[in-house]
Amino acid sequence: MSRIDAKFAKLKAEGKKAFVAYVMAGDPDYDTSLEIVKGLPAAGVDVIELGMPFTDPMADGPTIQLAGQRALEGGQTLDKTLQMVRELRKTDQETPVVMMGYYNPIYSRGVDTFLAQAQEAGIDGLIVVDLPPEEDEELCIPAQKAGLNFIRLATPTTDDKRLPKVLQNTSGFVYYVSITGITGAAEAQAGDVGPEVARIKSQTDLPVIVGFGIKTPEAAEQIASVADGAVVGSAIVKLVQEKRPVPDILAYVKSLADGAHRA
Amino acid sequence: MADDLFNSFMNGPDEKGRFGDFGGRFVSETLMPLILSLEEEYEKAKTDQSFWDQMNDLWKHYVGRPSPLYYAEGLTAHLGGAKIYLKRDELNHTGAHKINNVLGQILLARRMGKTRIIAETGAGQHGVATATVCAKFGLKCVVYMGAHDVERQAPNVFRMRLLGAEVVPVTSGRGTLKDAMNDALRDWVTNVRETFYCIGTVAGPHPYPAMVRDFQSIIGKEVRWQLAEQEGEGRLPDTVIAAIGGGSNAMGLFYPFLDDKDVRIIGVEAGGKGVNEKMEHCASLTGGRPGVLHGNRTYLLQDDDGQILEGYSISAGLDYPGIGPEHSWLHDTGRAEYVSITDAEALEAFQLSCKTEGIIPALEPCHALAHVTKIAPDLPADHIIVMNMCGRGDKDIFTVARHLGFDMSGPEGRVFE
Repeated sequence: MSRIDAKFAKLKAEGKKAFVAYVMAGDPDYDTSLEIVKGLPAAGVDVIELGMPFTDPMADGPTIQLAGQRALEGGQTLDKTLQMVRELRKTDQETPVVMMGYYNPIYSRGVDTFLAQAQEAGIDGLIVVDLPPEEDEELCIPAQKAGLNFIRLATPTTDDKRLPKVLQNTSGFVYYVSITGITGAAEAQAGDVGPEVARIKSQTDLPVIVGFGIKTPEAAEQIASVADGAVVGSAIVKLVQEKRPVPDILAYVKSLADGAHRA
Repeated sequence: MADDLFNSFMNGPDEKGRFGDFGGRFVSETLMPLILSLEEEYEKAKTDQSFWDQMNDLWKHYVGRPSPLYYAEGLTAHLGGAKIYLKRDELNHTGAHKINNVLGQILLARRMGKTRIIAETGAGQHGVATATVCAKFGLKCVVYMGAHDVERQAPNVFRMRLLGAEVVPVTSGRGTLKDAMNDALRDWVTNVRETFYCIGTVAGPHPYPAMVRDFQSIIGKEVRWQLAEQEGEGRLPDTVIAAIGGGSNAMGLFYPFLDDKDVRIIGVEAGGKGVNEKMEHCASLTGGRPGVLHGNRTYLLQDDDGQILEGYSISAGLDYPGIGPEHSWLHDTGRAEYVSITDAEALEAFQLSCKTEGIIPALEPCHALAHVTKIAPDLPADHIIVMNMCGRGDKDIFTVARHLGFDMSGPEGRVFE
């Protein structure tokens, strides 16, 4: 059983919804970022989504674009991102880490090399925004073979005809994108999201987690109540941008986690 | 090649949108359903005579096609070698080849019931063409343009606004074409249901590279019959040559000749200040390696960690760190050659065109012309070169003036430094 499957089995047994937090690796610098990541499990984070910085994040809004720029300017590399996970694993063996980003840095490294390194570092899953099911042979299938979960995005434009194709090679969980848009933009509406989650759940046994446009503990609670969990990214990254002290950032993360866990 | 259909260079892309290993559909799930329906719509239109009737009518009466194939006698005499023809796509309505493609995409958008058109633009030529056709058909038009390009291509920005388009200056990244494309994609993801993304070059996710190529192929198709008319039945060019940013004017000229094995095909990339370690150029094939960006796999300027680098060129239209995937494939198969030309060489060619032919060219085709000046003198007089003069230079006169030391505001004209 993968670390992700174990986590969701545990949450299910406890009757709890999942809280997933996104942070950008290396933002604003390696040391601060590592301190934040290491503090996430204690703040109630069930799954860590670790952003891999990329120069051209086409699905991200300004907040995460700028976070990626800060990280790259601070000297973050793929090697350093992998190193962060190794450091985390020294203190935490339980919290799943999903790397989220774009394909080119992985392709540039070489898929086989990357997968071996990711697994050795203690990464559990991958979300790669610019790899739809049509490109499954690139990374999705090799990743599953290597024992990593490949988590797919389903969106409001993924209709019933297409949904089976999206779910086919997905593992770990399904990430439902609550809006048509970029990260940190419009607010997710529980009323819209609920029926969509139900539609996806009718076709899969995997947990369905909802992200994009969730900004407050209240929103995390509302969205988590109609799904298996909620993801918050930009709202956390924004605090990093504002140079808030790490304890403040983690306190806010805890309030978000508490919100989702109330659902 | 031509006698062996199974080895044709004109069959690409395959059903996955690949030219060999290049191309593909590397986009987010939100866009995937739309891209599939675009592909379906395009496949239908391609075999629909009424679609092409409408295209031909607009190309003829609105754009002014066919553009002349002009024997450049002055240039030929000056260089003293090969016989040089210029394909005059700078005479099209809006001053460049871009409108050939825009018309096709806007007709498709109308067939798909889309009411809002977005586009990215570098030099502004694609933006102007898109704004123009949107004005004609009463469609809302939003053009994303790097803030840096907004500054260096002011006349085109004003043109777009006159035509009723909203021009959005993009400040992310270094504010050039790549960043404009990122923001256009972000807009598309957000407004996917009513919006059609009119891509200006032979790049992006499948079916864009093939679709844009097909619309631009009118250039090469005309060259075939025009040259036969002027040089005798069956006479093909010995060399075809065009400048490349994303590569749409070049694909348009090259594609109809891919299976004519005796036709030498040369693409000219922007060498900027020289293809060097400092990456002060935009020569993706000469100085890059394969990667994935903006929906396709192709040669890209990138660092060792797969981060995309900003290119540099005097020409805003060539300032893009990638190249259309079909060019990457033609490069790797060896069917086409790719070379690079520096800013300084392009500026010299600019002046040569003005003086020998009375044609003020855009800086983009000056790169192709500069390469013509390098190879033509050593070729025999019966060697025919066809170069695509893909844009006119009105938009570039301010940039050129600055580089040549002219002060356009001064009463004397020239300020000697």
